[in-house]
Amino acid sequence: MNIEEFIENFASQLDETAPEEITAETRFKELDEWSSLTALSIIAMVDDEYDVIIKGNDILKSDTIQDLFAVVEKKRR
Amino acid sequence: MEATFNPFSLEGKTILVTGASSGIGRETAIACSRMGAAVAITARDEGRLQETAQQLATPPAAMVTADLTDDDQVKQLLAALPPLNGAVLCAGNSTTLPIQFGTREKFDEMFDVNFFAPVELMRLLFKKKLLQKGASVVLLASIGGTHSFMPGNGVYGASKAALNSVMRYAAREFSPRRIRVNSICPGMVDTPLIHRGTITEEQLAEDAKKYPLGRYGRPDDIANGAIYLLSDASSWLTGHDLVIDGGFSI
Repeated sequence: MNIEEFIENFASQLDETAPEEITAETRFKELDEWSSLTALSIIAMVDDEYDVIIKGNDILKSDTIQDLFAVVEKKRR
Repeated sequence: MEATFNPFSLEGKTILVTGASSGIGRETAIACSRMGAAVAITARDEGRLQETAQQLATPPAAMVTADLTDDDQVKQLLAALPPLNGAVLCAGNSTTLPIQFGTREKFDEMFDVNFFAPVELMRLLFKKKLLQKGASVVLLASIGGTHSFMPGNGVYGASKAALNSVMRYAAREFSPRRIRVNSICPGMVDTPLIHRGTITEEQLAEDAKKYPLGRYGRPDDIANGAIYLLSDASSWLTGHDLVIDGGFSI
């Protein structure tokens, strides 16, 4: 898995934020549109695309997309 | 005057409780035994089912480790059961998944456990006349099947809505034998099922504030409803979905 693809998958769960605004350093929970439903969509996307189960707390503890990517990568091993 | 007036007594009744190893099922099994019933218990996890058995007021009338989605294991359960005056079908699961990720596979997994398994068990209990005349069947549904109570519960909610539908038809069709069929639709109840981490503890605490009575349910809130539906106090009640939700759906 690579970060570019992860960012793309992450961005496709968003509706209001343009994909080009999303980078590895985006503090995603500070996005205006961030909600509990977005969090559920990210969890489901990670399960679908990477076959990894992340929890609500993994999202809570991650600030940037890079942080979350690291969590998924670690669980994937 | 009678020494004690208790229309909710389950004295002399034999009750089956599924999903009895945890949460609402375990609490219901214990509560029924404390109300005087002989209780038959079943669940998938043998160790935790044993723990429930030890907490019953009297030894279980039957105890069978079984996965109710497996036909052979259901057969073994039926073979071990005494005649029943009631059944509370609690075994179930939940998933938190936005609709756009709700594939047929995800729906099938949920419906196998929450819909097909209890419906098949109820069907066989009736067909094989294990349910005695005047028996009471209680299905554990959810306000997830009557309301959209939280995002991500569409797949789960659909399985519970389907269960409620069969409940009403069964109530009508089983009435010649005076067998009653009702369901309980709980709001969020604090059981291991809701602490699996998809929703954080912080989000759960925040969500609990949406309940007018100020908290999530406890398993005994639901067990007490089951006692009512199993007892002669509800003799004239059938085909009803009893909402126990702290006022959430008002």
